Amino acid sequence: MGSVRVEEAVGQVVLPGDVLLIPSQSPDAPLSLSGAQQTSRIKVVCGPGLLRRGDDLQVCKCGLLKHRDPAVYWVDSQQKRYVPVKGDHIIGIVTTKSGDVFKVDIGGSEQASLSFLAFEGATKKNRPNVKVGDLVYGQFIVANKDMEPELVCIDSSGKANGMGVIGQDGFMFKVSLGLVRKLLTPQNDIIQEMMNIYPLEIVIGMNGRIWTKAKTIQQTLIVANLLEACEYLTGTQRKNVFARFADNVV
Amino acid sequence: MKDTPLSNCERAFLLQAITEKKRLDGRQTYDYRNIKITFGTDYGCCIVELGKTRVLGQVSCELVAPKMNRPTEGILFFNLELSTMASPAFESGRSSDLLIKLNRLLERCLRNSKCIDTESLCVAAGEKVWQIRVDLHLLNHEGNIIDAASIAAIAALSHFRRPDVSVQGEEVTVYTPEERDPVPLSIHHMPICVSFAFFQQGTYLLVDPNEREERVMDGLLVIAMNKHREICTIQSSGGIMLLKDQVLRCSKVAAVKVAEITELIQKALENDKKVRKEGGKYGFAESIPDQRITVLKMEKAPVDTSDVEEKAEEIVSKFEPLSKVVSIPVVLAEGTGQIGEGVGNAWGELEASEDEEDEDDEYAAMAEEESNSSKKESVKDQVIIMSDSEEDDVIILEPDSPAQARKAKTKTEKEASCPSKTPRGKKKKSGR
Repeated sequence: MGSVRVEEAVGQVVLPGDVLLIPSQSPDAPLSLSGAQQTSRIKVVCGPGLLRRGDDLQVCKCGLLKHRDPAVYWVDSQQKRYVPVKGDHIIGIVTTKSGDVFKVDIGGSEQASLSFLAFEGATKKNRPNVKVGDLVYGQFIVANKDMEPELVCIDSSGKANGMGVIGQDGFMFKVSLGLVRKLLTPQNDIIQEMMNIYPLEIVIGMNGRIWTKAKTIQQTLIVANLLEACEYLTGTQRKNVFARFADNVV
Repeated sequence: MKDTPLSNCERAFLLQAITEKKRLDGRQTYDYRNIKITFGTDYGCCIVELGKTRVLGQVSCELVAPKMNRPTEGILFFNLELSTMASPAFESGRSSDLLIKLNRLLERCLRNSKCIDTESLCVAAGEKVWQIRVDLHLLNHEGNIIDAASIAAIAALSHFRRPDVSVQGEEVTVYTPEERDPVPLSIHHMPICVSFAFFQQGTYLLVDPNEREERVMDGLLVIAMNKHREICTIQSSGGIMLLKDQVLRCSKVAAVKVAEITELIQKALENDKKVRKEGGKYGFAESIPDQRITVLKMEKAPVDTSDVEEKAEEIVSKFEPLSKVVSIPVVLAEGTGQIGEGVGNAWGELEASEDEEDEDDEYAAMAEEESNSSKKESVKDQVIIMSDSEEDDVIILEPDSPAQARKAKTKTEKEASCPSKTPRGKKKKSGR
C-alpha cells in the first residue's frame, strides 16, 4: 500500500511504512474572494503507531487505524509490551522496597516508582502494609518518555477509589493489550456476560494484566481461560461458549 | 530487561491449584499441551509448537575435515538459542546458565545417544566428512523449552536431506538436488525428552510444566527416551530427593509419552512427504492458523437502515399537506383576535381535502391552528421516537410554560383526534 488518504484508511488494517495523506484543506473551508490562497490546515493528533512525516502521517505499527473527531488518529495494534500512559490504571507487582518508595513492575521496559504516601490514609507514621510480591492497582501520574514512570494509589481527592493493594488470593494472568482495551470499552459486554455465569471479582489493568477471583479455584481458572479465549472468538461464538458454561453451573 | 517477577498471589494460587490437582490450562497431571509440528519449504526446517512454546529447528550441512581421533565419523553440532523475541528476560549474545544447561542436555540426548549414524556421513576417510549442524531457535517461551527443542531437533534431522556425493578415486562430486535426489540421514532411533516438574518436595508431579509452573516448581526431572523404551539421558535438577519408585514411575510415563510423540513426528513426516509428492501446498505459511485479531472489533451500531428511505418518505408525505395549511394563516400580531380568518377562504374550493373541510366546519380558527400545529407535532414526535434520541427525555424535565396552561383546553379535545400523540410529546411541544 502506498500513500492513502487518511479518511479512507480508517477502520482498515495498516502496515508499518504506509503513508497516510492528510487533506490539505478541510472541504468546508470558506473560499476566500481576496485571491490569497487560504490554507486552513486541520489540527491532527496522531496517537500510538503513527509518526509525523512532513505534512503526512507515517504508520509505524501494524493494526487497525482508528479515528475520533475532529482529527485524532491512532493504530490499534496487538502487542505485549506496555508503554506507560499518564492516567492509565494498571496492575503492578511490587519488586523492591527502598526507603520511601516501592519499585513496581508494570510489564513495561522500566519499573515504576510508587511512594508509600500515595495510599489512602497513609502518613509518615502510618505506613501502608505492602510486601514485596504484592499486587497493586494504581494510576500513572507521571509517564514520560525520558522519566521514570510514577504510580499512585489515590485519586486527586486522596481517596482510594478502588485502587490500592489487591488481596492475597485470586489469580493474575496476562493477556494481550488489545484484548484488555477491548474488555474495557464501554460497549463491550464480555465482563457482564461473565458475571452472569459466576459471581466474581475482577481487576483489569491497562498493562495487560487481569486479576480475578471467583468462589473456587476451579471457577477462577475457568474465568481466566474464558477471558483469554475471548480474544479470538466472535460475538456469537462467545455467546455459545458462555451459554454452555452457564448451563453447567445451573 | 529483568524478568517479570512472580507475584505472591500467583504463587499461592498455583500451589493451591496443584494440590487440588488442577492446572492452569485444564490439563491433567500427565497431559502434554498440544504438539504441532510443521515443516518449512526447505528440507530440514521445522517449527514445533508445544502449547504456546515455539521452537524453530533448521538443519544445515557442510563438507569439512574430520576430527583427528575419529577420521571416519561425521560431525554433529547442536546449538540452541534463546532470543529476546521469546521472552524479554533473555539477553542475546550472552549465554545464561539456563542456556548452557539446555544445550548440554540436548547434546547428551541427541549426540551421545548415537541416534544419527555418523559413520554414514563420511565421504573420504580422514579427509572429508559431512558436518551436520542443528540450529534451534526459541521463538516463544511458555515453559518446557527442552521438550520442544528435542522434538524440533529430531524432527528437523529426520526431515533433512543432504546432497548426494560420489567418490571416484580422489575426486569427490557433490550433486545438486536437480542432478540427484538428496539423501536422508540414517536415523537409528528418536530420543525425546520428557520433563517432570515436582512440587512440595516431590509430593506432586506434573508432566510438561508451563512457564508459571516452572517458576514455582521445586525440582525437575528430564528423561530422554526412545520408543524402544531405552533411556538416553536422565537428569534431575533443583535439588529434590526423589524416591526410587518415583523415578521408575516417571520412566513408565515417559515411555508412553515418547511413543505418542514419536508417532506424531512420523505422521507429520509422512504427511509432509505425501504433500510434497502430490505437489500440494506445504511450508510454514500454509500451516499458520487463521486467528483474526479483528473479531472483537467494535462494529458501528447495528441500525436497521433497510427501510429508512421508505419511512422517511412516508413521514415527508404525511407532513407535506400540513405544512401547506400552516403557511396560509397570517398572524397579524400577538394578542390580535382572529375569528374565522386563520385559514384562507376555502369556500368554493372543491379540491380541498376532506379533513380540512371537516375541521373548518367544526372548529374556530384558533382551534384550527392549534390542531394543525399539534398534528404537525405528532408527526414530528414520530420522527423523534424513531430516532430514539435523548432529546425527548431532556425536554420532559423542562417546566411547563404558561402557554401550556392556555392551550390545555383545546388539547384535551385533540387527544381523541390524534391517538398517536403521547403525553411525552405534549410536554415537549409546550416547552417550545
